[in-house]
Amino acid sequence: MAPVVRFRSAVALLGRFPALAGVDLDVGAGEIVLLQGANGAGKTTLLRACAGLVQVVSGQAEVLGHDLCRDRRTVRRSIGLLGHAGTLYDDLTVEDNVRFAVRAGGGDVAAVGPAMAQLGVDGRLRTTAVGRLSAGQRRRVALAAVVARSPALWLLDEPHAGLDAEGRDLLDDLVRSAVRNGTTVVLASHEAERASALAGRTVVLGGGRVLVREAAHVA
Amino acid sequence: MWRDALLVAGKDLRIEARSRVATNQVAPFAVLILILFGFALDPDRGVLGRASAGLFWVAVLLSSLLAVQRSFAVEAGDGAADGLRLSGLDPAGVFLGKAAAVAAQLALLQVVLAFGIVVLYNADLGGPVLLLATCAAATVGLAAAGTVYGVLAAGLRVRETLLPLLLLPVVAPVLLSATRAWEAGMGISVDDGWRWAQLLAVFAVVYVTLGVLAFGALLEES
Repeated sequence: MAPVVRFRSAVALLGRFPALAGVDLDVGAGEIVLLQGANGAGKTTLLRACAGLVQVVSGQAEVLGHDLCRDRRTVRRSIGLLGHAGTLYDDLTVEDNVRFAVRAGGGDVAAVGPAMAQLGVDGRLRTTAVGRLSAGQRRRVALAAVVARSPALWLLDEPHAGLDAEGRDLLDDLVRSAVRNGTTVVLASHEAERASALAGRTVVLGGGRVLVREAAHVA
Repeated sequence: MWRDALLVAGKDLRIEARSRVATNQVAPFAVLILILFGFALDPDRGVLGRASAGLFWVAVLLSSLLAVQRSFAVEAGDGAADGLRLSGLDPAGVFLGKAAAVAAQLALLQVVLAFGIVVLYNADLGGPVLLLATCAAATVGLAAAGTVYGVLAAGLRVRETLLPLLLLPVVAPVLLSATRAWEAGMGISVDDGWRWAQLLAVFAVVYVTLGVLAFGALLEES
């Protein structure tokens, strides 16, 4: 089976700086891969490159069997990125934000309610403007938007940041549940213990390159 | 493309309805411009009447800057522009949707300003067909050009100050043509107003086409 993420000698620039300096990476279907590394190692850039937000200027980059340069729009419809920012509109309500994300991605709006309920942003919060929520609640809304779209690949950048203990456990359960249903997850996290327990293997980045690969975890 | 345009326009208009920036800030700003012109030219109300078409369109033009800036400011918060790119929406649809939302706000603004020049400048809005046709063509042109230059400036730190520098020279033909057409429609001049309205239509078609073709690349770079 073709890998969900396939990077070969991938180079990506931030300005003139090579944030990815020849990355080779394969992520198989249904895997949870943890990206680790020091600040500036290239974790966020790699996730954004997978989403087509950072252009790979040389080498090969394929996601879900599509070339990122040629089929960027197709790839984007099939992935869910939870980045540092929540990509939310402050003046829209929780439900409007999740609904917009789902409709924009061509998803089924019937999934909006259950996703909000799963993340605990239903009830009174449903009609609350996102701008009035706490950082943790915003994180939950952003995650609800990802869950509601049911993308084949989840890209999670520091997903536990801002969440309380219950929210972190909930996130881990959601990731495990999604993977059981065939979703692939690539996450970057500095919370080594929690993220390692979640991930099937770890890829360590440094200086925009893969330093350690295939460090399999013992479940 | 049309489905995506409707989705984006609906989202932007819902944001404006909730935030009320257009009604609480942009519209009062436009009326304030009319009032300040009134103060400046008040000693001779005849001048105000003769200049009312130009003053109306200057107010529309300056207010359109605020509307366009607002349209892209909502995408700048919390990485929403990333969300727009990641959504997989057709970039042409995003352009048409954002331009349509700006156009809708400008249309409402023009109703307020038209009422304003009648009350404050004693303007006579005869020839409504030409005036409305001019408004329609100018609004589409302003919204389309504004959206093209808005996304161009959106990714820059100096976007607030850069956008007027980029946009105002580009839309100067709109100011000129719309003013001439309105002067003809209001009976202030004997020009053929429809020729000016046609020029506005050409401007609108050019910028709508440019936006549909180029917005995707501009959005990726913003």
